[in-house]
Amino acid sequence: MKILVCIKQVPDSAQIRVHPVTNTIMRQGVPTIINPYDLFSLEEALRLRDKFGGEVTTLTMGPPMAAESLRKTLAIGADRAILLTDRFFAGADTLATTYALAQAIQKIQKTWGDLDLVFTGKQTIDGDTAQVGPGVAKRLNLLQLTYVSKIVEADAEKREVVIERRAEGGTQVLKTKMPCLIAMLEGTNEVRRGSISDSLRAARAEIITWSAKDAEIEDLGKCGLKGSPTIVKKVFAPPVRTDRAAFVEPGKNAGESADVLIEAIFKRHPALEEDMTKLASGF
Amino acid sequence: MIEEKFDAIVIGAGMAGNAAAYTMASRGLNVLQLERGEYPGSKNVQGGILYADMLEKIIPDFREEAPLERHLIEQRFWMMTDRSHTGMQYRSDDFNEEKPNRYTIIRSQFDRWFNKQVQAAGAIVISETTVTELVSDAYGKVIGVRTDRAGGTIFADVVVLAEGVNGLLGARAGLRPTPKPEHVALAVKEMHFLPRETIEARFNLHGDEGVVIEAAGTISKGMTGMGFVYTNKESISVGMGCLVSDFAENDETPYGMLEVFKKHPSIAPLIEGSEVKEYAAHLIPEGGYKTIPELFGDGWVVVGDAAQLNNAIHREGSNLAMTSGRLAGEAIFQVKSRRDPMTKQNLALYKKYLDDSFVMKDLKKYKDMPALLHTQAQNFFLTYPTLVSKAMENFLRVDGTPKIEKEKASVRAFREKRSLTGLFGDAWRLARAWR
Repeated sequence: MKILVCIKQVPDSAQIRVHPVTNTIMRQGVPTIINPYDLFSLEEALRLRDKFGGEVTTLTMGPPMAAESLRKTLAIGADRAILLTDRFFAGADTLATTYALAQAIQKIQKTWGDLDLVFTGKQTIDGDTAQVGPGVAKRLNLLQLTYVSKIVEADAEKREVVIERRAEGGTQVLKTKMPCLIAMLEGTNEVRRGSISDSLRAARAEIITWSAKDAEIEDLGKCGLKGSPTIVKKVFAPPVRTDRAAFVEPGKNAGESADVLIEAIFKRHPALEEDMTKLASGF
Repeated sequence: MIEEKFDAIVIGAGMAGNAAAYTMASRGLNVLQLERGEYPGSKNVQGGILYADMLEKIIPDFREEAPLERHLIEQRFWMMTDRSHTGMQYRSDDFNEEKPNRYTIIRSQFDRWFNKQVQAAGAIVISETTVTELVSDAYGKVIGVRTDRAGGTIFADVVVLAEGVNGLLGARAGLRPTPKPEHVALAVKEMHFLPRETIEARFNLHGDEGVVIEAAGTISKGMTGMGFVYTNKESISVGMGCLVSDFAENDETPYGMLEVFKKHPSIAPLIEGSEVKEYAAHLIPEGGYKTIPELFGDGWVVVGDAAQLNNAIHREGSNLAMTSGRLAGEAIFQVKSRRDPMTKQNLALYKKYLDDSFVMKDLKKYKDMPALLHTQAQNFFLTYPTLVSKAMENFLRVDGTPKIEKEKASVRAFREKRSLTGLFGDAWRLARAWR
């Protein structure tokens, strides 16, 4: 089975900072990770490969440093990784991104044969649009299965796949023909830890790097900023919800410290004290 | 799977591990380096000061690219009581040289850069991988390692243990004892973020100049320990450390002491208004020369903190780590280029290099110091600072008392607290340990 997984390198949202004046995300110095949603799709792709044979290719569009994330996919177990990088791609919105990815996927099929499945994450944690997966499917005329919670059955012979999909008010069970695009839901599997041989192979592997020309992209006007009709009108940071932590002087023993702590909590949240007193009076 | 065999496997990507891996890889050896953290540097903690000389010997032009914070132009030593400090301060424009001698660094950034150089030199580096076991042959020679990843043993002619102060691997393999509580200090630090300009104004600095404050006295409550303040570009590292055994005996907590240190009237104004973004803790080997374990054996060498190579008196650790890593790398390269096996006998070359270097000479010089400071902690960290502070106050406060009486009072205070024999004894012991 020939499977492709699209991934994205994103800033680690746990460590992100918003610039206090410009309200833009400060990416500098923030560690990057593979978009966590993509990993569930990668794991599902690897499971299918392990079962049916074949190969898993990972693809990303991004700056040269995104090669690091691709290398990680190899260490997890992917067979081949392709980085689509070119200054023409800079500033792309989802429309321009799906165009470039779709073109690159066609080039991949030309080079290594037709794909049976394309996987994407549900969405990315930095853009949160959930548009790229469906966009790629549309451009490649692939059937699309989104919000997939389980791959029930895949039949390489009949070229059919049965999945469970989270839907409003229940679960849909859908059967469709390959090739198709699948976006896995988070938490649907446990991402594997590659073996030491995978790590060594990844460390030595060459990440295949394609420019727009290498990927044989037809219309550069549809790429990057030029091909992106989306305009960001305003960026603002939500009001900070948490207060700064307050330090209380501990008491002589655990009991006294607890008293001090409770008093400090009640002082900040008088309603809590009322509730507690009401509750306590019942005993 | 195909059996993997390397010239050397380096365990750990801190200063010692990176120095060893770089030295060997840049000389053409086939090196694998394994790091348990998410990336090299992610788990590494230091105050931290980088001594340029030792890094220059490994990467001569490091200043062009390495993430350095500030070069140090001023050192303050503070003897503290609860409300005062008596200081000695050295500041020199000579430290504003073309190639400065000391820098503050942030290890998570620096080590990541250092490791990039290791990779560029040709070593294979694998992170998020913990070595679980050293593999030995029937004769006890270390021949490889096993990791927490599936896939069995990776083989190597020699394994360099650079696993840090509390490295369990060497201890588990019986190559060295686990460090005793009285031989390791536990240091905690916080990174206080402030705008550059604020830091530069508070410490009287221009551009990338930096200051270090090192403080000892009643802040450690009679225990062997010290506090520090280091200036980074946009943050101030404030920390405090004491011997682990002292914390246990005195029922004190490191963070509790750091809180007190931060509130000290001499420290608080320096960090006022800052935002704490990081909190870290680390063990520091303080046992000195007498606690250095066996440094080499059949198929292995140990470097850096794992080998207890730390000069507590001069607060030098990372440079000893770098140097021991480099010397181990050079020794291994020598043995390899002679096509000799990595036996205990041949790897003794590493110990010889180390003995001939400042590392062992310095540690030997202070071999009695850790024990002295530990047994005399009350005097060195409580009594003397208090007496010095009293004497200074006595000297400076003008209240109509004749000066001769003031002097006598100060001398009397010293004698009462510590007795003449005690004073001479301490001076004698200190001089001997220093020699």
